[in-house]
Amino acid sequence: MLLTRRAEFSASHVCAHPSLTAEQNSEVYGPAANPSGHGHNYVLEVTLAGEPDPATGMLFDLQRLKDIINSAVIEPMDHRFLNYEVPPFDKVVPTTENVAAEIWLRLEPSFEGSRARLHNVRLYETEDLYVDYAGDNK
Amino acid sequence: MTRVARRYHFAASHRLDSARFSVTQNRALYGKCNNPYGHGHDYVLEVSVVGPIDARFGQVVNIKALDRLIQSRILNDFDHRYLNVDVPEFKELVPTSENILRVIEDRLRKSWPRELPHLDSIRLRETARNSFELKAS
Repeated sequence: MLLTRRAEFSASHVCAHPSLTAEQNSEVYGPAANPSGHGHNYVLEVTLAGEPDPATGMLFDLQRLKDIINSAVIEPMDHRFLNYEVPPFDKVVPTTENVAAEIWLRLEPSFEGSRARLHNVRLYETEDLYVDYAGDNK
Repeated sequence: MTRVARRYHFAASHRLDSARFSVTQNRALYGKCNNPYGHGHDYVLEVSVVGPIDARFGQVVNIKALDRLIQSRILNDFDHRYLNVDVPEFKELVPTSENILRVIEDRLRKSWPRELPHLDSIRLRETARNSFELKAS
């Protein structure tokens, strides 16, 4: 069974690689390469997989899931400039793909030893663009 | 593998009517969608690609390149058009959402640039209540 919880955070970022010229960055990242940065209302969907506990009827405690998402993702990222305030985005370009992968890394340890496992991280940068990351980048 | 999905919007009209059936049969089969002058929708097309996140640039896909492809191969021909009349594939083929998806997939498959990652699926939302998805072949 799958369980999905949604959360939102607002953050700014710049997508530009230091080894590229301004023109090249614009070709690779489009308007997101603007050096001053810009922001999004990100929507995060965290999906867990597993079988519900027969006693409680729950796959995972929803309040605990909310707390995990808040402390691992929302508190550090909400109303922040990702490149300046949220490592590793001082060194890693904060594309939607990389932010989704970083969220996966931050969340996954919280489910070790529980009956639920992290199944998917979906990150909407806008209503028209989202990434699904499931911990496997091969 | 990581999946990136991008949504595009086009407004188009269509009429569901098949030469294979009689007037009465078309009316029974397609209902309101058979009304003679056609009607329109704000379609949402979701195009998904899969691939590894490029270690250097942090991208699965160059969105600008994907946008250019969808704009030139789909949106320029479909947006603000009467599909039955303006899009050649629908001269003979009834523009149901299922058939629109097949036509879009066919167009994309024939013009898919080598530098873009694998096309995973396309989804078409006709209205907020009806959506259709085709896994790319």
